[in-house]
Amino acid sequence: MKDTKVLQDALQKKGAFGNDIDLQQYSDNNDVHIRTAEDLSAGGKERMERVGIELDGKNRSASFIQVDNAPLQAEVSVQTPLELMNTGLAAKKYPELVEKYWWKAVAPDMDKYTAITALEEENGYFIRVKAGEKIKYPLQACVFLSHEQQLQRVHNIVIVEEGAELNIISGCASDPEVDKAVHLGISEFYVGKNAKLTFTMIHSWGENIAVRPRSVTIIEAGGQFISNYVCMDRVKDVQMNPVTRLVGEGAVARLNSILVAPKGSHLDIGGKAILEVPGTRAEIVTRTISTGGEVINRGTLSGNAEGVRAHLECHGLMLSNEGYISAIPQLDAFTGNAEMSHEAAVGRIAPEEIEYLMARGLDEDEATATIVRGFLNVNIEGLPDSLAKKISDTLDTFSLNKGM
Amino acid sequence: MLRIENLSVAVRGKQILQNINLHIAPGEVHVLFGPNGTGKSTLIGTIMGFDRYQVLEGKIYFKGQDITDAPCYERAKMGVGVMIQRPPTIRGLSLRQMIGICGATPEETEKMAEWMGLSDFLDRSVNEGFSGGELKRSELLQLMAQKPDLLLLDEPESGVDVENIALVGRAANYILNNEPCGGSGCDKPCCVQNACGSNPLAGTKRSGLIITHVGHILKYVPASHAHILYQGTLTCPGGDPLDVLSCISQSGYETCANGGCRRKK
Repeated sequence: MKDTKVLQDALQKKGAFGNDIDLQQYSDNNDVHIRTAEDLSAGGKERMERVGIELDGKNRSASFIQVDNAPLQAEVSVQTPLELMNTGLAAKKYPELVEKYWWKAVAPDMDKYTAITALEEENGYFIRVKAGEKIKYPLQACVFLSHEQQLQRVHNIVIVEEGAELNIISGCASDPEVDKAVHLGISEFYVGKNAKLTFTMIHSWGENIAVRPRSVTIIEAGGQFISNYVCMDRVKDVQMNPVTRLVGEGAVARLNSILVAPKGSHLDIGGKAILEVPGTRAEIVTRTISTGGEVINRGTLSGNAEGVRAHLECHGLMLSNEGYISAIPQLDAFTGNAEMSHEAAVGRIAPEEIEYLMARGLDEDEATATIVRGFLNVNIEGLPDSLAKKISDTLDTFSLNKGM
Repeated sequence: MLRIENLSVAVRGKQILQNINLHIAPGEVHVLFGPNGTGKSTLIGTIMGFDRYQVLEGKIYFKGQDITDAPCYERAKMGVGVMIQRPPTIRGLSLRQMIGICGATPEETEKMAEWMGLSDFLDRSVNEGFSGGELKRSELLQLMAQKPDLLLLDEPESGVDVENIALVGRAANYILNNEPCGGSGCDKPCCVQNACGSNPLAGTKRSGLIITHVGHILKYVPASHAHILYQGTLTCPGGDPLDVLSCISQSGYETCANGGCRRKK
């Protein structure tokens, strides 16, 4: 249960990492003008599409849209065996699930951002796939900011029961008209025995927006969790350090991030995998490009049990003399038989790589763009083709325009 | 095809090559011998136009045009192709994409990769974790797609096992198109595998400049002229490659570079 006193105290608790955000500057607003997705501005719709949301929802098993702090849409296509609704509504409907899943992975008093979210009526998505159900098409969820000075609070719960499979595309964006706002997103993911959850999160925020996601994933025996995070547009300040706990034998986690930081962006992106039982495996792969922005990559592997294997890979490419990339890998072994490794490299493009491609007939800009594109070419599982193409096209225009 | 006049080259301010003169006519394949560190790779890199080689003096003409100051990619587009000794890895760029960049269609890529025994490598990052022999085959595959009129090979045999040397040699010969095998009934893959006569490049007059220490490549490629690069200067111009190689083996580079072998004869 939420202890209000504890949460009130936690409102003063700064985050473990990242700049402190004065939440007093922001307020709760619900845009009464937006009642359906059709009411969104043209710019807003464009942003949604940019983060992988298809407004017609044709190739999606289900669609969820939240605008500011109000649920706009929670639709499941006919005969698809999954549940999708607003978190607050699910809490009323399933008190027994609240006991089991609400604030059980993420501690509500972790910091001021979790506390302020836990204190209010809960918005965000609740998703459950029952045991054995394999959902063919991706579920899309969009959390959208439409109000200036908005304090957006989101609490998501995803439960993939034993043997079930789900692919979620979670797009977070703001209306182009919104300059300053804050997004707090708490996510608790429960991947059951032999279940598989693929979760792709794409961010496209405004230039003065601060973002504080807090997520924890718990994977049971034989479960698989594949997480992809893509952030390519300028954003003032994103700080997150999602935790993945592998608590059942044979659980597997693969966490990929593709980060592009233009001037004006500050990204403090981490990822922690805790291998709690024998025979679990985890891989964290991050590719970062700075064209003048600031990036801190934190990656932590914690080997707590015999016979675990994990790898951390963090590569950064500086394409500007401004900004910085700081790679901070951490490996903690608490047993003699944990096999963990890391690979971190930060630098500029090697001139001999450019020359090699030039000797095959590419001019310098084309050669640079080709190398940048290759650099970001992490194999992202679970992306629909159209979305993969969108990301690839974005990378192309990006690397061609700002290659050097 | 290629004419070099009075060329002097420095690397990071240090002069490596002095007064190099070289003429390679269409259809001719020349061999460059010389001890390590004497500037052979510098010469090839300068012809290709790599940035770190600074031309102090002299001119390079390719197909009659002065390319001394032309950027590397323009030379590539004009028809200069190079195999360097240690090509870099390009992560995330597949060999398949690279062959496409070199100018091959998807069908050609499949076919040529099969000839070179690299079908399984097409979807791997270019050169990532390739062995010595795989690197050379990958380079030749790229050159096959590029179809250069002047082929520059920097030690094509180094790091290649005995079996693969034949493949490397035949592939180089295929690109140069100097000696079809004439075997009847061969289909195209044999052009590389067995150097048969159905080379689609037949009839063109391609030239080559090949750096070699051991000369194995000479069994496959009909080189006509040899040179020794010794202490930054080109000597022994135009000698028969096999004679020069045997002279170097018997008497060493210095004697040979100073004309010792010719005197012996």
